[in-house]
Amino acid sequence: MSSIAVDPPRNYASEENTIASWLLTRDHKRIALMFFASITAFFFIGGAAATLIRLHLATPAGLLQPSVYNRVFTMHGVVMVWFFLIPSIPATLGNFFVPMMIGAHDLAFPRINLASWYVFNLSGLVLLYALVMGGVDTGWTFYTPLSTIYANGYVFAAAMAVFINGFSTIMTALNFVVTIHRLRAPGMLWTRLPLFVWGIYSVSVVMLLATPVLAMDTLLLAVEQFLQVGLFDPSHGGDPLLWQHMFWFYSHPAVYIMILPAMGVVSELIACYARRPIFGYSGMTIAMMAIAVISFFVWAHHMFVAGISIYAAVVFSLMTFFVAVPSAIKVFNWTASLHKGSISFDAPMIYALGFVLLFTIGGLTGLMLATLAVDVDVHDTYFVIAHFHYIMVGGTVSAFFGGLHYWWPKMTGRLYPEMLARFAAFLTFVGFNLTFFPQFILGYLGMPRRYYTYPPEWQVWNVLSSAGASILAVGYLLPLFYLGWSLIWGRHASPNPWRATGLEWLTSSPPPTHNFERTPVVAIGPYSYDPEDGSYTTQDGVRHV
Amino acid sequence: MNHWIPFWPRTAAINGIVVDNLYIAEVAVCVLILAMVFGMMLTFGIRYRRGSTASRADRAKKSWYFEIGWTVGTLVAFLALFVWGAAIYVWLYKSPAGDIEIYAVGKQWMWKFQHPGGQREIDDLHIPVDKTIRLVLASQDVIHSFFVPAFRVKHDVVPGTYETVWFTPNKTGTFKIECTQFCGLQHATMTGDVTVLEPAAYAQWLTRQGVHESLAQQGEALFREQGCSGCHDTNSTVHAPTLAGLYGSLVHLQDGSVRRADEQYIRDCILLPRTFTVAGYPPVMPSFAGQLGEDDLLKLVAYIQSLAADKDSIR
Repeated sequence: MSSIAVDPPRNYASEENTIASWLLTRDHKRIALMFFASITAFFFIGGAAATLIRLHLATPAGLLQPSVYNRVFTMHGVVMVWFFLIPSIPATLGNFFVPMMIGAHDLAFPRINLASWYVFNLSGLVLLYALVMGGVDTGWTFYTPLSTIYANGYVFAAAMAVFINGFSTIMTALNFVVTIHRLRAPGMLWTRLPLFVWGIYSVSVVMLLATPVLAMDTLLLAVEQFLQVGLFDPSHGGDPLLWQHMFWFYSHPAVYIMILPAMGVVSELIACYARRPIFGYSGMTIAMMAIAVISFFVWAHHMFVAGISIYAAVVFSLMTFFVAVPSAIKVFNWTASLHKGSISFDAPMIYALGFVLLFTIGGLTGLMLATLAVDVDVHDTYFVIAHFHYIMVGGTVSAFFGGLHYWWPKMTGRLYPEMLARFAAFLTFVGFNLTFFPQFILGYLGMPRRYYTYPPEWQVWNVLSSAGASILAVGYLLPLFYLGWSLIWGRHASPNPWRATGLEWLTSSPPPTHNFERTPVVAIGPYSYDPEDGSYTTQDGVRHV
Repeated sequence: MNHWIPFWPRTAAINGIVVDNLYIAEVAVCVLILAMVFGMMLTFGIRYRRGSTASRADRAKKSWYFEIGWTVGTLVAFLALFVWGAAIYVWLYKSPAGDIEIYAVGKQWMWKFQHPGGQREIDDLHIPVDKTIRLVLASQDVIHSFFVPAFRVKHDVVPGTYETVWFTPNKTGTFKIECTQFCGLQHATMTGDVTVLEPAAYAQWLTRQGVHESLAQQGEALFREQGCSGCHDTNSTVHAPTLAGLYGSLVHLQDGSVRRADEQYIRDCILLPRTFTVAGYPPVMPSFAGQLGEDDLLKLVAYIQSLAADKDSIR
C-alpha cells in the first residue's frame, strides 16, 4: 500500500507547460481536458439559450420576439445535441479513461485524436458564425421544406457545422474501437472489461455507422438548396419525408450515443459506492450491445403521425418496444446491485442513483411514446420534450457530472469538497424534476412544442417549470465554482481515494504522461468489491483490506 | 372556464375516450414499475447503507434466473402494450367513409376549411355532434400538423400529399385546433377553434353562411374555367379518360401499375399527368402544377368525386 511514487510534480499536466505543448499534444489526457474546455463553453451557450426559453415561457406574453424565440430554441437544440451531449462523455471521460482502464499508454491514433479536437472546434466556429450572423429558425431537426425554401436563417452554415462536427465524432469513435480491440493490457479479456469501456465501445460502433448518414443528409440539404434538385421539396418532385427518414436514421441512434456511455459511467459508480460486484455483468454487456444494434431499427417512431404507412408504423412500434427491453434489464440490474451492498451516498453515487430514477422515468414515458395510439396524441407536445430531457439531461448529464466527480481526483490530483458536491447533486435532482415533470402534464393537456405563446390557463405549469430551471441552473453552476476552487485549494488526492478496482486507480493522481510506469497485468474482472469486510481487489489481482 | 389548475384535457370525441383508457392504463403500469424500482432502491439504500448491521452474506450469485425472468417479464408486458396501442392506431388512422367530408388546407399560418356545401371558414370549424367527420388535409407550403387535443387526434399535413383524419365528437362546445409541426415564424398562432354543434344549430349555421354553390359545384365551374372539360367531357372529341365513376375505382396505368382512384390519385393526375398516364390513352394532358392552389385542387377533387355518385345513381 505504501508504494506510492514519491515524485508527484512529474505528471501529464505539469510535465511541460507551454501553450504549444498543449495545442500540439498527443496525450489523450490533455486532449480530454481540451475537449472539456470546449464542451463546457458550449454547455454554457446552450444553457444560456435554455435560460432564455424558460424565462420567456414564464408568461404567455413572453419576453422575446417570436423570431428571436424560434432562433433561441433552435440554437439550444443544435448546441446541446451536437456540441455538448454527443461528445460529452466519450470525448472527455472516455478519452481520458478508456486507455487507462484497459492498461494502455494512449489511444491507438494520438494524432487523429488531436485532429478530432481541432475539427470539433472548427465546426463550433462555423456554428458560432451562423449564430452571430442571425441564427437559424428551423428547429434542430431542420425539417424540409421549411429549412430549404421557407427559412430565412443561416441554415446552410448550421448544417455545415453539423457536417464538420460529424467528422470529429467519427475520428474519436474510430480511435476508441481500434484502441479497445488492439491496446488492452495483458490479461484484459473482453469479459474483464469495465462496463464503462463496454459503453464507450458500443457507442463508438453506433457513431461509426450512423454519423456518415448525417453527413449525407446535410450534404443533400445543401445540394437541394443550391442546385435546385428535387430531393425533399415536393414542388421539385422530392419527398419531405425522405429528409425525416434520413435525419432520424442518424438522430435516433444519436440518443443512444448519448445514453450508452452514461450507462457505462453509472455502472462504475454504483459498483464502487455500493461496494459489491455489479449484478449481472454479462447481462449488462449483452444489453448494451443489443441496444447498439436495435437502435438502428427504430428511427421511424419519430414519424408515426408524419404520414408513413400504417404497417411501417406498427413494425417500428414493435421494434421500439424491443429496444426498451435491454434498457429495462439494465435498470433492474443496477437496482439489484444495491442488494446486500455497503452503500455510501457520496456525490457521485447521488448522481448515479438520480440517473437510475430519471432514466427510468424517461424510459417508461418512452414506452408510452412507443405505443402508437398514445404517440398520436402526445407527439410534438411538451410530453415529448419532457421525455427526452429525462433521458438526455436526467440521464446523460447526471452521469456526466457523476463521472466528473468520481474521476476528478484522478484527473487533477485534487479532492473536491464533498458536502458541497452532495448538495449540488441533490439540487440538480430536485431542480430537474421540478423543471421537467410539469411538462408531462402540459404535454397531455395539449401544449405543442416550439410555441412562443400559450393559453393563460397553462401558466401554472410553465411557471413551475421555469422555477425548477433556476434551481437546476444553480445546481449546474455550483460544480464550476467548487471544482475550480479545488484545483488550487483542494486536498491532494491519493492514487485511489475511492478504493476502486479499475486499472486507472493503480497509477498516481494525476497520472504520469504515459499513464503507467509499468504496463499492468490484469488478473481478474472488474468490481471485486466485498461488502462484508470492506476489502476490494484491483484488477491486477492485488487484494486491499 | 373554471379556475382549477388544469390537469387533464377535456375529452370530446369517442376517439378521445379510447385513447384515454390506454393512456390511463399506461400511466398505471409506469407508476407501478417506478414504485417498484424506487421502492427497492430506497429499501436497499436504507437497509444496506454503509455501517448498518444487516447481513451481507449469501449474495445472489447466479444472476441468470433473474436476467431471464425479467427479460421475459418485461417483454410480455411490453408486447401487450404494443398490441393495444397498435390496434387503436390502425383504427384511428384507417379513415372510415365518414358522414361529412371536409377539406382542410394548412398554410403559413392558418387553417382553411371547405365544407361540402361550399361553406368556407378560416381558423374555425363548425361540425355537428355525434357524426363522423372525415377531414382531408392538404398543405400549401411546409409541413403542418393538425391536432385537436380534446379529440386526441393528430396528423401531419405534408405538402404534395393528402392525409386524412377522422373523429366523432360526442360533446358540444368549442375546442382548440393546434398546429404541432413547427412551420415557421408564427407557428404558435396557427391555432383555431372547432365548434361542435347540436344538429339543429349546425343546420342553422350552414344556412347562415349564405352559400349558393356546393364545393363540387365550385369545382365544376373551375373544371370549365381551366379547360378540363374540353377533353374530359363525355361529348369531347379528344380521346381522354372519362371521369364519371372514376372516384373509388381501380385504374390501370400505362406503366402496368394499378392505382385506386382516391383523392391523392386525382391530385397526382392533375399535377403530374405524364407520370400517371392511363393505359390506352395518349400522354397529352398538360400539368397544372403551379397554376392551382391547394384549395382549388380540392374543389376539383370534390367535383370529380361527385361524378362517382352520378354514376351510381344512373345505375
